[in-house]
Amino acid sequence: MMSGLQHSRKGGLGSRKRTVKVVYSIVLAVIAVIFALPLCWLFIAAFNPHATLSITNTGFSFDNFKSVVSWDTFGDPILNSFILSLGTALLVVICSVLAAYPLARFKTKVSSRSLNIILFASCLPITSLMVPVYGIFVQLNIIDSMTGTILFMAAAGLPMGIFMMRNFIASIPPDLEEAAWVDGASRLGALRRIVVPLMMPSIVVIFISEFASTWGNFFVPFMLLMSPEKQPAAVSIYTFFGQHGTVAYGQLAAFSLLYSIPIVLIYVITESRVGNNSMMAGSVKG
Amino acid sequence: MISKHKRTGAMLSKYTPVLPAVILMLVFLLGPIIWSVYASFTNVSLVGATAIHPQFVGLDNYVAMFKDPDFFKSIWLTVLLILFSAIIGQNVLGMFLAVLSSKAAVPVRKVSEVIIVLAWIIPDVVGCYCAYAFFAGEGTVDTFGSFFGLDLSSLLYDHPMTVIVLANIWRGTAFSMMIYQAALNDVPEEVVEAGLIDGAKPMRIFFSIKMPIIKRSILTNLMLTTLQTLSVFSLIIILTGGGPGTNSSTLPVLAYDQAFKFSKLGYGVAISAVTILIGGIFSIVYMRMLKTEKED
Repeated sequence: MMSGLQHSRKGGLGSRKRTVKVVYSIVLAVIAVIFALPLCWLFIAAFNPHATLSITNTGFSFDNFKSVVSWDTFGDPILNSFILSLGTALLVVICSVLAAYPLARFKTKVSSRSLNIILFASCLPITSLMVPVYGIFVQLNIIDSMTGTILFMAAAGLPMGIFMMRNFIASIPPDLEEAAWVDGASRLGALRRIVVPLMMPSIVVIFISEFASTWGNFFVPFMLLMSPEKQPAAVSIYTFFGQHGTVAYGQLAAFSLLYSIPIVLIYVITESRVGNNSMMAGSVKG
Repeated sequence: MISKHKRTGAMLSKYTPVLPAVILMLVFLLGPIIWSVYASFTNVSLVGATAIHPQFVGLDNYVAMFKDPDFFKSIWLTVLLILFSAIIGQNVLGMFLAVLSSKAAVPVRKVSEVIIVLAWIIPDVVGCYCAYAFFAGEGTVDTFGSFFGLDLSSLLYDHPMTVIVLANIWRGTAFSMMIYQAALNDVPEEVVEAGLIDGAKPMRIFFSIKMPIIKRSILTNLMLTTLQTLSVFSLIIILTGGGPGTNSSTLPVLAYDQAFKFSKLGYGVAISAVTILIGGIFSIVYMRMLKTEKED
């Protein structure tokens, strides 16, 4: 009786749907607020010259940013972060395009077995590798070297890079390259002139995700780079602010904020260009 | 990585482009693994004579490990972290958020996604310091606690693992949420409508229709979050330093402490070798599961 009345008045199912929507929105908003709380401190402390860990202690000035932005405390570490990230991302992209091409095109036992090993390697817990890697770097005397660090980070990113790249290449029909071979192009020539331009979007995605993960990486440079003048921002935040007696929380927050901006920008731009799911589609859907 | 015996001239030229990648991975990934097995049988240290000329000590490191109560405690803490943070926390909350966001009002969904994803994309160290300021004495949680007359000023000492589990959920849930959003989006409309026509309740549709369809994504994500959580290091070092004592020293932190705080590199490497083995077993199980899934 009641339900019949409501059906005619509010359109039954529609009103139920609206209730669901309201309830879901409220629950989602509450969770989002909880997720936002830890981030609030970063903004409150960065602009407060007398910042502590408290979020009720507020103030407004740019003093923290002024004292942080100097060549020694900010410029050097950020430049190091940039060199490490760029070097690693370039190396991963170049090596994984080269390696993924034969693995995608030659349907042999070698290819399928290599692919299994690569998939397995992409799951290695890199953190647990770091103590042995430190040992090896000491023995090879390449500890505290930016080149050594880049080589290791590239090696660690390669399994996932090759795996994603192989899936991208496999989705390009081979007819185009075959046409190029007929016209006298070599395999590598066809790869460079036909395949690479076609898969530019995928290359950009892999480059960016590798750049971003190196930019944010703390543990690897923390273990492998000792000299302060070689350390990236991730490590200098920890060593400079975290371990100097009374912590200058305001400066720590200001530095962290500036150091996070490139990564957030990269994410926003990539997401608006390719959509965030494509970034992971390659890695998860396999 | 490629069987050397079977290489013929043609094969060699076909696979030449893989060389740079193979060399890099052999030297920097396989190398450390092999070295860790070797070094775990020596007394190699960070400084002193045994740093340059380590001696073979047989199974001493492994015997010490199995006599070390901290080692078993560390395994237990690692299991707790993976269970509560990765499997229960990130996966269940991620799925819950994916479902919520699919039905919530668009503006709420968009703003919430930005916030949750922001907690995930900010650099590691920044995220860790945010979590520290949130849980430490005089921090955000403590401030809220004092409104209600609760003393939460020493959470990091009293409940280090709980804090680390929560902080890791905060950091990582966005990934699971996005994976599940994509997976749920791919569930064909017709299947859901067929269920609705048959009179199935929304809960029933979710657990009996949608969950089986996205099983593959769930398996993959469970595995990725598990392995990612097995690797958590910075969060623990910055929040608690593995302490108090060894109360929050998971396997990677214990290995690091033994190698660098106590200068027992050989012992630290042995712990790392065991952790790599655990990760390896996980990966093999995962790859097997995906393979059988494909054949179904």
